[in-house]
Amino acid sequence: MTFRKLKLLAAAGTALAAMSLTGGALAQETPGKVKIGYAISKTGPNSGGAMTSQVPNYELWVKEMNEKGGMMVNGKRLPVEVVEYDDRSNSEEAVRAVERLITQDKVDLLLSPWGTAVNLAVGPLFAKHKYIQMGPTAITDRSVELAKRWPLSFWLAGTSASYVDALVDQLVKLKKEGKIDEKIAMAAVGDGFGVDLSGAARKALPAAGFKIIYDKTYPVGTQDLSPIINEVKAMNAKVFVAFSYPPDTIGLTEQARLLSYNPDLFMVSVGGFFPLYKQRFGDAVEGVVTLGGIDAKSKAIADYMERHRKATGREPDRSASVPMYASLQVLEQAVERVGLDREKIAAEMKSGSFDTIMGKVSMPDQTMPTMWKIGQWQNGELQGLGPSSLPGAGKITFPKPAWPAKKD
Amino acid sequence: MLMNALLSGLTLGAMYSLVAMGMTLQYGVSRIMNLAYGEILILGSFATYVLFGSLGISPYLSLLVVAPAAFVLSWLIYSIMLTPLVARARNPIALEVDSILITFGLLFVIQGIMLVTFGANYTSYSYLDFPVNVLGSTTSANRLVALLAALVLGAGAYLLLLKTRTGAALRAVASEPVGAGLVAIDVKWAAALGFALGGAIAALGGVLASTFMTFTAQMGVAFTMKALIVVIMAGVGNVFGAFLAGFFLGLVESMVATFWDPGLTIAVIYAVFLLALIIRPTGIFGKAA
Repeated sequence: MTFRKLKLLAAAGTALAAMSLTGGALAQETPGKVKIGYAISKTGPNSGGAMTSQVPNYELWVKEMNEKGGMMVNGKRLPVEVVEYDDRSNSEEAVRAVERLITQDKVDLLLSPWGTAVNLAVGPLFAKHKYIQMGPTAITDRSVELAKRWPLSFWLAGTSASYVDALVDQLVKLKKEGKIDEKIAMAAVGDGFGVDLSGAARKALPAAGFKIIYDKTYPVGTQDLSPIINEVKAMNAKVFVAFSYPPDTIGLTEQARLLSYNPDLFMVSVGGFFPLYKQRFGDAVEGVVTLGGIDAKSKAIADYMERHRKATGREPDRSASVPMYASLQVLEQAVERVGLDREKIAAEMKSGSFDTIMGKVSMPDQTMPTMWKIGQWQNGELQGLGPSSLPGAGKITFPKPAWPAKKD
Repeated sequence: MLMNALLSGLTLGAMYSLVAMGMTLQYGVSRIMNLAYGEILILGSFATYVLFGSLGISPYLSLLVVAPAAFVLSWLIYSIMLTPLVARARNPIALEVDSILITFGLLFVIQGIMLVTFGANYTSYSYLDFPVNVLGSTTSANRLVALLAALVLGAGAYLLLLKTRTGAALRAVASEPVGAGLVAIDVKWAAALGFALGGAIAALGGVLASTFMTFTAQMGVAFTMKALIVVIMAGVGNVFGAFLAGFFLGLVESMVATFWDPGLTIAVIYAVFLLALIIRPTGIFGKAA
């Protein structure tokens, strides 16, 4: 029976892993190469995100290491070999593939899959075999608890509440300056991230003294969003926040522009940081607030984006790509310092400080506090605004300029 | 507010009815439940995107190439892949089961080819998206064009089916394939024509939708589902019924979104669908079995 065989293999794998741990330096003295594996959604509904934010960065990182002669392990450069599987956007498939990577391919390091659901599904497997799990696209309110339970896991983006907090922080400041009143209009897609974010906002906004005057959820795949924009326009809502997915992010922007709905603050969510968004709307993106962001003044980031374009032929997104690449740099430097013992790597990642394209990064709480949560399109670039305590944080352009007139 | 809801319902309904008319032709005339229908539609969207993006050809002009290409492609699919099934099927039920299975496979083949060619990313471009004022309510020009196209296509289908010999042949094959053969109608030809016309309409829908919708290579199934609801609700094979039912569902959706809650649109649509089927199992415009 294949299942029994699989279980046997898993058991053998665990035993081997345990042996290599106790074997310590002896077993690790003569590896000829570093094997890195990942299972990720190359097809299926998740592939759009995975192929934008994660896979190109994995490829860029490996390519750059191999051009230098490989990954630095115990003072020697070892060539990096990659084993890659498609999880077809399916959690069970991801679990099987990760199991295969661990027990059959016997990879030295695993890279994480895309998205919250799949990461939660493979989490126990990573933890059981003591592999480092680290990604910017798994966002769950349980990340603090999970980081404790799985000491080798790093939840770079933190909780969905942390995104809402960054937004509320901006709104509170605007209110203090007398620029907005307490009324907020809010729409959300009825799925995963949209539900999490709107749920967090329903708590955080009233707590900060705001009143949600419009609060509607629409189903995934809603094609006609004009009823929503028509209604908030009729209410004359000055602050409009949408916790949206890419197609509706574009749809809402399109409709707002079409119906000349010009709120002082217009926010969309997932997709607003995609290169597609700017390509689609051009100069009209100016002033739109969305998730993510980059430090537009940083030379290191500009340089990274150039390398990314050259190596992968595509534009990095302006939210997860930068922290994704930076976290790979963290991993690389941690390996350089302590070798391939994964528990030692994790300990080093938690205690050390690392030079990355985002500047100095340290991750004591198994999260990346320097990741931008909210940004605004300013002068054609998505400038990070919050958390406002971060170095390089931009200042919000308020009110948002009206949508430019159509030229066609 | 009512005017806004009406206008948005009509433009949305236009898309539904357009897409459903093609499917009901395929299902009604050639008896093929084509699960790869949405893929042909998305293929049309991508073809338009490529023609517009690389060659600067207007999406509406590209229709002149895309729709005939889809017609030919669908004809080939029918004559190469589906005629053997038709030949060996002992009864309509067997053909239906076989065609569902084979087009289910075809769905993944076409989707896979699109994934390899265009990638899995969201695709969107802007064309003719300036606002147009209709009786005090605003919509975009590209949606209005889709509305007009659905009306023209509805009228065209009506004329073709009721006023021409070809149309009479198609209707004859739809209602009684064996009898149609007896009165010297080339059933094989009529079935292939019905299927190819349906494919061309799918591509037409794809071309129009691409001007105002963000699409991916994997979105075809959503269209197949919506079309299926409209087709079954209207009564299988009833083109004019599909035309009306499409508009009806679009209006229901926008009324619910405007006056009730955008979150309930899908629930209400399916409730209406179920209700229609409970009251009239053969569809609103379908003949009693």
